[in-house]
Amino acid sequence: MSLLSFCQWLADTPGSIALHESLFMYPVVESVHVLTLCVFVGMSTMLDLRLLGLTLRRVPLTDITSRLFPWMFAGFAVMVITGIALFYAIPVRSYQSIWFRMKVVLLICAGLNAWIFHATIYKSVRQWDVTEDVPPRARLAGILSLVFWTGIIVFGRMIAYNWYDCDRPQSALVVWVAGCTAEQQGRK
Amino acid sequence: MNLLPFFQWCEATSLGTAIRETTWAFAVIESVHLLALAVIGGAVLLVDLRLLGFGLRHQRINDLASDAWPWLNRSLAVMLVTGIGLFLSEPTKCYYSTPFWFKMSSLALAIMFTYTVHRKVVFAEEGRISPVACTIVGVVSIALWLGVGAGGRWIGFSG
Repeated sequence: MSLLSFCQWLADTPGSIALHESLFMYPVVESVHVLTLCVFVGMSTMLDLRLLGLTLRRVPLTDITSRLFPWMFAGFAVMVITGIALFYAIPVRSYQSIWFRMKVVLLICAGLNAWIFHATIYKSVRQWDVTEDVPPRARLAGILSLVFWTGIIVFGRMIAYNWYDCDRPQSALVVWVAGCTAEQQGRK
Repeated sequence: MNLLPFFQWCEATSLGTAIRETTWAFAVIESVHLLALAVIGGAVLLVDLRLLGFGLRHQRINDLASDAWPWLNRSLAVMLVTGIGLFLSEPTKCYYSTPFWFKMSSLALAIMFTYTVHRKVVFAEEGRISPVACTIVGVVSIALWLGVGAGGRWIGFSG
């Protein structure tokens, strides 16, 4: 079973149809998804800016991570759950959206960046916890995080636009990236 | 006072027309608006959660507020500039939109509150403001900004 046919199957489930067609639930889920940005990306941005020495310079990094991680985890959990619900409501179009696909790639990049940061340079955090002298590798992690999350937000917003949808004539590149079928492109 | 003629004039401005007629313009401006939303959310929450006794509670409110203040100002400036751009592209729709007026009322209150009461409290000397007052100010601030955010998102769903 291909991912596309899985999405087609998903789209026909009663829950997906109900969420897609609901007058209030879909906008509510979407609003929660967007506004939780403030909690998760907002705090993650403050942490990144701290790594770059642009704010909270006198606050020990471990104080920020230990005090803010619970909020960030909670925010991230809400974003993932509402994000899955939004995908569930519109599975096929989301799966074939070039923006959605690029967003997923960047989410993986952001996850890897955070994981590498914690698995490597963050292990020696005690040595640079209270200084403004953040090691270059940690600064790089901060910059990459800002770049990835910027892309994730922008691409996430663009999913709403139908410029590159498969039900419209698209260039070969878009057809390839979005995985449009020949049928959708009208070449039967 | 009837504001409709003013809104219609806004709609006819060359900037408004340009944004409306360029395929990408609205989407790009809106994305920047969202990016600034994340930053302003971080700057507001850092201080307000601290007022409520959460988050960076080992730090002094005063210090946190000093650190967050420039980012609040910067992100608010970006929000206002991009927000005006978004508004100019569809003022008549906004005029008849309840969420738009709700958002603008919340925004006016949030800005007034942040730059008067909130500012006084967070920059006050340590211990001069009672914990109860801090809690109230934190709750009011979060509620007002949440109203701005929710109202803003709702503009897109209406009309």
